[in-house]
Amino acid sequence: MDGIYDSQGGIRSNFHIILFSSNSPANLCRVTEFFQQIINGLSLGAIYALIALGYTMVYGVLRFINFAHSDIFMVGAFSGYFFSRFFPSESIFGGISVVFLSMLVCAFLGMLIERVAYRPLRGSSKLNVLITAIGVSMFLEYSFQVKLTKPLSFPVLFPTMSFTLPGGIILSSTQVLVFVMTLLLLIALQYIVLYTKMGTAMRAVSFNPMAASLVGINNDAVISFTFGLGSALAAAGGILYSLNYPSIEPLMGVLPGLKAFVAAVLGGIGNIPGAALGGLLLGVIETFVNGSRYSTYTDAIAFTLLIIILIFRPSGLLGKVTVEKV
Amino acid sequence: MLHRPKTLLCFSLALAFGVSLLAPQLNPYHLDVLLTIGINIVLAVSLNLVNGYTGQFSLGHAGFMAVGAYASAAFTLFAAPRWFPDANFLVTSACFFVALLLGGLASAGAGVIVGAPSLRLKGDYLAIVTLGFGEIIRVIFRNVDALGGALGLNGIPFHTNFFWVSFWGLITIYMVLALVNSSFGRGFLAVRDDEIAAEAMGINTTQYKIIAFVVSAFFAGIAGGLYAHLKSSIDPKGFDFMRSIEIVVMVILGGMANTRGVIMAAVILTLLPEILCPIAEYRMVIYSLLLIILMLTRPQGLFSFRIRPHPSHSA
Amino acid sequence: MNSTLLLNLQNCTIRFGGLTAVSELNFQIHENELVGLIGPNGAGKTTVFNLITGVYQPTSGRIEFDGKSISNLRPYQITAHGIARTFQNIRLFPSLTVFDNVRVAFHLHLLSGVNHAWWRGASFAKEEQDISDKVIELLRLFNLEQHRNTHSKNLPYGDQRRLEIVRALATRPKILLLDEPAAGMNPTEKIELMNLIQFVKDKFNISVLLVEHDMQVVMGICERIVVLDYGLKIAEGAPEQIRSNPKVIEAYLGE
Ligand SMILES: Nc1ncnc2c1ncn2[C@@H]1O[C@H](COP(=O)(O)OP(=O)(O)OP(=O)(O)O)[C@@H](O)[C@H]1O
Ligand SMILES: [Mg+2]
Repeated sequence: MDGIYDSQGGIRSNFHIILFSSNSPANLCRVTEFFQQIINGLSLGAIYALIALGYTMVYGVLRFINFAHSDIFMVGAFSGYFFSRFFPSESIFGGISVVFLSMLVCAFLGMLIERVAYRPLRGSSKLNVLITAIGVSMFLEYSFQVKLTKPLSFPVLFPTMSFTLPGGIILSSTQVLVFVMTLLLLIALQYIVLYTKMGTAMRAVSFNPMAASLVGINNDAVISFTFGLGSALAAAGGILYSLNYPSIEPLMGVLPGLKAFVAAVLGGIGNIPGAALGGLLLGVIETFVNGSRYSTYTDAIAFTLLIIILIFRPSGLLGKVTVEKV
Repeated sequence: MLHRPKTLLCFSLALAFGVSLLAPQLNPYHLDVLLTIGINIVLAVSLNLVNGYTGQFSLGHAGFMAVGAYASAAFTLFAAPRWFPDANFLVTSACFFVALLLGGLASAGAGVIVGAPSLRLKGDYLAIVTLGFGEIIRVIFRNVDALGGALGLNGIPFHTNFFWVSFWGLITIYMVLALVNSSFGRGFLAVRDDEIAAEAMGINTTQYKIIAFVVSAFFAGIAGGLYAHLKSSIDPKGFDFMRSIEIVVMVILGGMANTRGVIMAAVILTLLPEILCPIAEYRMVIYSLLLIILMLTRPQGLFSFRIRPHPSHSA
Repeated sequence: MNSTLLLNLQNCTIRFGGLTAVSELNFQIHENELVGLIGPNGAGKTTVFNLITGVYQPTSGRIEFDGKSISNLRPYQITAHGIARTFQNIRLFPSLTVFDNVRVAFHLHLLSGVNHAWWRGASFAKEEQDISDKVIELLRLFNLEQHRNTHSKNLPYGDQRRLEIVRALATRPKILLLDEPAAGMNPTEKIELMNLIQFVKDKFNISVLLVEHDMQVVMGICERIVVLDYGLKIAEGAPEQIRSNPKVIEAYLGE
């Protein structure tokens, strides 16, 4: 096509030209921009990953899309806003406490929602559960909208600074925070799922709920725990997201939530490392599109990607391909 | 109801025309609510073909509606005035009819594209893909400057009246019921009940799903056209996935594959927010709470007392 | 006598991950033949049905029907060629009536489509009447007519099994595959079923491939028997030969 080198200097998807052309200053600039975009993309993707984990875990144990998950993300951001009043701003201790408390609140909220709205419907049609989930999602959004007519601005929780890496790539402390926090949470999650009793039970329920209950696993407790865990991660995601885009409002979860779900499917739903991978990938791709001349189509990227993946590899990147038994 | 379908249809159309002569007596607010109910009936009954009778889970009906709304509005705004600069009532009505048909056809075309993935996907996955298609359609409209971009189209003439809404409402109900109540149409229900068994009985499930999507999209497109010419302005925001969900909720509360129930649910759910208007602040909160409570207490739908006429072989 | 070759499996293999469910399987079925397919649990019998009917694609090998390859066809196309089946774990259309379950199976022979359903002209009415008559006739033949307006999920178990056979016959097959039709039946019902299968075969002049665990049923009506064990064909022959085949005895009795 025309205009790979057009004057606007936006990054085209033609990485070969970017990477393998000679080292003139203009090209160097492109290389820098390329890596800058990667970093920005990864930090957005890390947040998608945190939300995607909740979708994936709940899907794993219940085989259902928890539509209200994206609103738990929103509640996470708002409780962060609320708790920030009680702690010094721009301090590591304060920041961590706020994140921790919000995670706690959302974990309870997630468990409450599961108990009240989903558990009574266990065993009824998927469609009903999905609509209930949508009802819960609308309920959360509209109840927040009753009191909030305009967006709130999110406080600066952590000290901020920025680092310039060799080549002129800029790394903000918020990005570092996002990476570190996501990594720690992922490690913790992987530990819980692989090495604790509860995690083993989770895997058992996800593999075969009937068999799990026959060997004495309390499915209700496991499902409740899964909701708590997923919701806590969404809360962390909500706060990290708000640090980057510090204007919070009741509908803020909708789009990131949908995209995170796409990320979960992309990685292979029910698959924890898959969700993380899918999130990162989606974040990077979106950031690149956003920096290109097709930026107005950014919101469509996630879905286009989703459709392509589902058509060619319905079980996702890391999911196992299964044949329905007849 | 389908013994003498054509006679019945003509009769109801005549009745609708008669009643529509009384419409000017209504106050504009009531008329607007009434027309919205009619449009929602078209939407819900058509979606019921996909979600209820065929058992596919589409969450993208608003996207089809958008295609129909934009196509028909574009025709009315840009093409009709150029071709028929000095139009009388009959010509305007004919143009509106053509505009709606165009909207329906454009939307049916989109239905083929969206229906295609449904051949490989089921349940939640299909839901999210159709939802995604709906969003993609919106993003595309937002980016087409000729169609007003994010602002949408304004100043669409108010052509939608009681006659057109009841006309299309009846056509939609007839088409869906006539289709489903035939030997060919029982195949939709077979696909819903058990795809593998349906294939084993020689049913081309692909064909059925595509037909369901296309017919359903066609009427969603018509509904979109009616909506555009009722509200006079449309923008991509008005067709977001909450819109799709509203329609899905009508289908579910109506009791899936129960056209009569779905019609009633469309009426009730359109009226509900209007009734809750005095407490405008809380109305959506109450709406969502009601939705949850209804799902928990009547998961089989509000109207699942099965009065569906039996397709008897003596028909 | 049974000379015309109908169904021909050549070196069919299918693997699920590491598991070879069917391995290098060869066997033939001729016109108007009643063949039994037996083997211990998990031997791969149902998988053979799924291969023949196109639910699964063979990893390797070839399946011919009436001299034409059907290996890469979709299940509905295979049914159109003349292969019909029942399912081990009954798969009726639960929310459809008994009448509609059978009516749907006439789909392949339907002339009217969407347009006719909308237009409802004379030809449509006539065809609906025809189909209705044929459905009733079939139901009457199998003593299910009194249940015609019952939703199939509410039917007694034995009737469900019979309805599955009726539904399969409505597609007008040349060969009928029955997957454990006697499962869950008491001895009297089993004898009735044996008579029924024999009757179906003669009345409709078709071949039958029967998977069944009940040896009395299999030995009682099959002309030839194929034995599978761990996906491999370990024996094939007349009932008397199979009964005394040491390999078969070992497979059934274990080591
Ligand atoms: N879709 C599938 N995915 C994985 N393994 C499968 C699948 N279908 C069948 N198998 C495996 O193939 C083997 C053969 O199964 P099959 O159902 O054909 O046995 P069968 O002979 O019909 O047994 P039964 O008498 O119990 O019905 C089994 O080990 C089964 O677990
Ligand atoms: Mg079997």
